[in-house]
Amino acid sequence: MAMDVLRVDLIFQIAGIGIFISILNIVLKQAGKEEQAQMLTLVGVVVVLLLVLQLVADLFNNIRVIFNL
Amino acid sequence: MEIVPVVAFGVVAAIFVLFIRQNRPEIAQLLSLAAGVVIVVFVFGYLGMIVDVITELAVDAGMNTVFLKILFRVIGVAYLSEFGAQICRDAGEGSIAGKIEFAGKLIILVMAVPVIIAVLESILGFMP
Repeated sequence: MAMDVLRVDLIFQIAGIGIFISILNIVLKQAGKEEQAQMLTLVGVVVVLLLVLQLVADLFNNIRVIFNL
Repeated sequence: MEIVPVVAFGVVAAIFVLFIRQNRPEIAQLLSLAAGVVIVVFVFGYLGMIVDVITELAVDAGMNTVFLKILFRVIGVAYLSEFGAQICRDAGEGSIAGKIEFAGKLIILVMAVPVIIAVLESILGFMP
């Protein structure tokens, strides 16, 4: 079983997406574009969800391999 | 000293979650989930090593590997259900978490049926 590395880049990526989207959201709200801000939030959540889903699938595969489930 | 990067990683992730939760609680939730999964995936390399060692020891001792396999599967199910339940509880869905735990207990019980039957049979064998 190969040692896995601690994937810090993923956390920075997600945190960056979160900060980026909240800043863009503030800008869009200031410009009076409420619908676009809503859509942006949705897209950000979906992107982060895709990242996290890959990670969780990785984890489940790991568990399946280790415990012969 | 593999604990140092894990601790540093956890603290950094917690600070990020704290910052992002103010504006985007949903992304903060996903971030904390991702941080937990990354740490767990990192530690699972060691867990695999331990499982291998225990399996080797059991084979050397001439133990029945069927029961060992059942044991490992039970541990896996317990771990998975605990993981899912904690995620649900973090998201504020305590009732779904309870159901996941219940399902895990039930599935573990079903998996353990061969062991229970073996124990009962050996007890019956001791009886005159």
